[in-house]
Amino acid sequence: MTAGAELTPTSYITHHLSFMQKSVGTGDFWVLHVDTIVTSVILGILAFGFLWWVVRGATAGVPNKRQAFVELAIEFIDDQVKGIFHGDRHAFVAPAALTVFVWVLLMNAMDFLPVDIMAKILGAMGLHEWRMVPTADVNTTFALALAVWFLMIFYSVKVKGLGGWIHELFCSPFGSNPLLWPANFLLNIIEYVSKPLSHSLRLYGNMYAGEIIFLLLGLWAATGLAGTVFGAILGAGWAIFHILIVVLQAFIFMMLTVVYLAMAHESH
Amino acid sequence: MNINLTLISQAVAFAIFIWFTVRFVWPPLRNAIEIRQKTIADGLAAAERGKHDLELAARRSADVLRETKDKSAELLTQAERRAQQIVEDAKAAARVEADKVIASAKAEIDQEAERAKQQLRERVAELAVTGAEKILRREVNAAAHADMLSALKQEL
Repeated sequence: MTAGAELTPTSYITHHLSFMQKSVGTGDFWVLHVDTIVTSVILGILAFGFLWWVVRGATAGVPNKRQAFVELAIEFIDDQVKGIFHGDRHAFVAPAALTVFVWVLLMNAMDFLPVDIMAKILGAMGLHEWRMVPTADVNTTFALALAVWFLMIFYSVKVKGLGGWIHELFCSPFGSNPLLWPANFLLNIIEYVSKPLSHSLRLYGNMYAGEIIFLLLGLWAATGLAGTVFGAILGAGWAIFHILIVVLQAFIFMMLTVVYLAMAHESH
Repeated sequence: MNINLTLISQAVAFAIFIWFTVRFVWPPLRNAIEIRQKTIADGLAAAERGKHDLELAARRSADVLRETKDKSAELLTQAERRAQQIVEDAKAAARVEADKVIASAKAEIDQEAERAKQQLRERVAELAVTGAEKILRREVNAAAHADMLSALKQEL
């Protein structure tokens, strides 16, 4: 939207889907998405700062509304984790699940901000090309999924020992007969590859698609007043439906994290 | 879908946020919740105990009440019986006393009558003598007629 005259649907969508990139080295890999990083870190600091602020003043007596709200969230997460993970969940898994849920929920919720208004505001601040939804950046979802993946391997090795883990790679799920080793190993490799892929791409795909649909609905505004009204109504409908997707995807991401970590703790 | 350094930085941010939550957010609130849960559980247990105690006390008070009622009823019958006894005793005593009074009165009356008869007897002899004296108009020897007079006295 830098120049209204040359605005086409393609340029409009491309503009909204461009990251604010900053190259820190040579090659395609050494690039930072400043918008993704800054938005996600600000959201994280706000969310966990808020939690910390509430928790510091937490009382075992009658809680105030703020504390009751945070407790509600924590109890909700704790209940979910309790059903899946059988171990000392308070040591790591439950708080990690809380982190994932809160952070992903807030990053997803950025999708509610109206794209064009945000583009105007940020553009006025000199920030052209700023994508507000960090989870619509595959780097974010992959980062989270890979972190969970490493934690999964770490806990597998920690709980079963390195030998136990390697034994499991070759001897489950079919059995410990040497003839079955290749099949077992192949299946385990597929599982280890597919877990982070499905984990991250599910969230990314949902958020990216949601963003695209908002942009497509935004295009109605180019057809005149009637189109603008129509687009606004459709946009509101999609936004309402999107509330479900945002919360559901954050919840699914959290649940998968817990399931993967729980599986790593259990020996077959 | 271009993977780049953003992935690493996001993973680092994620790790830091997890560490922060594990270290600073989860444990204090968890503690507060657990302490409160314990307090509530204790309170509920105390309430349950209180209810039980109340039930026991109610049962005991009902027992005491019934016992007291029984005892008071017993006392009442005893008192009634005793009152009746007293009335009976009083009646008997009164009867005895009355009999005694009647007897003594009778005795006195008898005595009085006897005395009156005695006097009458004494006077009859005298009257007879006087009458005879008047009839005969002469002196009658009292000694000579003593036998007759005493016989007359006996007839009265």
